[in-house]
Amino acid sequence: MSIYLPIAELPVNLLLILGLGVAVGFISGMFGIGGGFLMTPLLILVGIPPAVAVANVPSHMAASSMSGALTYWRKRLVDVGLGLVLLSGGLIGTAVGVWVFSILLRLGQLDLAVGLSYVILLGIVGGIMLTESVRAIIRAHQGSPPIVRRPGTHAWFHGLPLKLRFRQSRIYVSAIPITVIGFGIGFFGAIMGIGGGFLLIPALIYLMRVPTTVSVATSLFLTLCTMLLATVLHAVENNTVDIVLALILMIGGVIGAQFGVRAGQAIRAERLRLLLGLLVVGVALRVAIDLVTVPEELFTVVAAGHLK
Amino acid sequence: MNARAIQILAAVIAFGTAIFCIAPLSAERLVTSVSSHRVLISSNFTGTEVVVFGTIEDDEKAVKRDAPYDVVVTVRGPAETFIARRKERLLGIWVNAESRQFIGVPSYLAVMTTRPANELASPEVLRRNRIGIVNHTLPQRIGADFGDVVPQDPFRVAFLRVKMDQGLFHEEPTGVTFITPRLFRATVPIPGIAPTGNYEVEALLLAGGEILARETTAIEVLKTGFEEFFAHAAREHGFLYGIATAILALGTGLIANFMFRRD
Repeated sequence: MSIYLPIAELPVNLLLILGLGVAVGFISGMFGIGGGFLMTPLLILVGIPPAVAVANVPSHMAASSMSGALTYWRKRLVDVGLGLVLLSGGLIGTAVGVWVFSILLRLGQLDLAVGLSYVILLGIVGGIMLTESVRAIIRAHQGSPPIVRRPGTHAWFHGLPLKLRFRQSRIYVSAIPITVIGFGIGFFGAIMGIGGGFLLIPALIYLMRVPTTVSVATSLFLTLCTMLLATVLHAVENNTVDIVLALILMIGGVIGAQFGVRAGQAIRAERLRLLLGLLVVGVALRVAIDLVTVPEELFTVVAAGHLK
Repeated sequence: MNARAIQILAAVIAFGTAIFCIAPLSAERLVTSVSSHRVLISSNFTGTEVVVFGTIEDDEKAVKRDAPYDVVVTVRGPAETFIARRKERLLGIWVNAESRQFIGVPSYLAVMTTRPANELASPEVLRRNRIGIVNHTLPQRIGADFGDVVPQDPFRVAFLRVKMDQGLFHEEPTGVTFITPRLFRATVPIPGIAPTGNYEVEALLLAGGEILARETTAIEVLKTGFEEFFAHAAREHGFLYGIATAILALGTGLIANFMFRRD
């Protein structure tokens, strides 16, 4: 069953795209992340041009993070103060990211930049997640107590000025590192077509020592805001947002997420992190293989009119 | 210099075509028609076929031909500028390196003939009349210069190969069939990714390597209703369109949250 995408100007299989939405939604619900790092490569794999894929995944993530963020909001787990400081960096990062995206598109180096960012970022983050969760599982097996929050430990950035107190997160920290984290998430999000939850949540937990549930809730809040902005900016700057593709992905995503949340609650936290680590590393490896193997067709042809 | 150069180029091509296109005084006339002049793209569009029909009619001064008739049907989509890029290995990674611009070339090109194009006439006649895909000029911008290159040019060869793989360039050496000795038909495949715009349909009648008659008509490929509405909105009102998509995302998330709410 095919449906024509009016902006991307190509027909796609409706059930295939809906299925992708459900599958990625399931994973995003399970791990409490947006799932953009899976959705963007999958869309490219089924024949959606990278520029279209990157520009359409944000609206899908806005829909699923809206759904998730509302649930956390009702439980009062979103740290609005922390979210707003992250957002101030995130909005600038997103705007700069969309701008860099359109330059890369004109230079013909978008695919390379997206590919390299995937390999480097996902490789590092996935690697850290894997080692950390394997250690936690080994510790649990040996029966030694889990490492708890150490309130006394200070990192170098705790000496920075502009200190703010975030009550929900139980931290007292400078606004500067938080804004920088927000900027990075927004920037890479816009270029790679990801929400950045899998980057932000570990950063908040391990660097800022924010409680896990507050990290997840605040990350969803930030993802929602940056992805809404990315959607509008991609529509203005690159004219590549396809409302039909976006709607199919959103519907699949929010349905899949509901089942994912239930599946996630049935698995122990460190096992869940191990699975997520494997998934992230797997995607990084897959993209890396594509970058180094000899392409079937060395030439690509694009219409110059699509680049403005 | 861009628009100016294209204009000059177009003028030169038009002039050249005009000189060579003046049909020789012959006894035959072509009458053609297409199964539909408009290809409408709606939400279930996955490509379609347009059938070109034609008849060969005699003037008063009918002559007896020794050679059989040959027909060439060429369909050319709207002209566009394309960038072709070649990947090269750099530090073990395949990256886009060299690139060329193809200026004002057909975004869609289909050539259907009664028998292989190179058997129809001398190479000179084939080239002048743009019979067959290889005989179409594909002007490239090379540095500050414009010009078509040798047929073996790797970028030209690759451009044709990519376009053919996409189904946007199509050649069928037996694509024109005679239903009666004077009535022929050709089926033109329009793929799902066909660009919108005006398509020129040209029919040529040949016998014994000579052009006897020429007839052109047109097909228009366009989006309709819903598809046209959104394409227009995205192109002309990017900001509002983006806001609408964002609101759609918020609404979908909100509805999903209430539908699946368990607390």
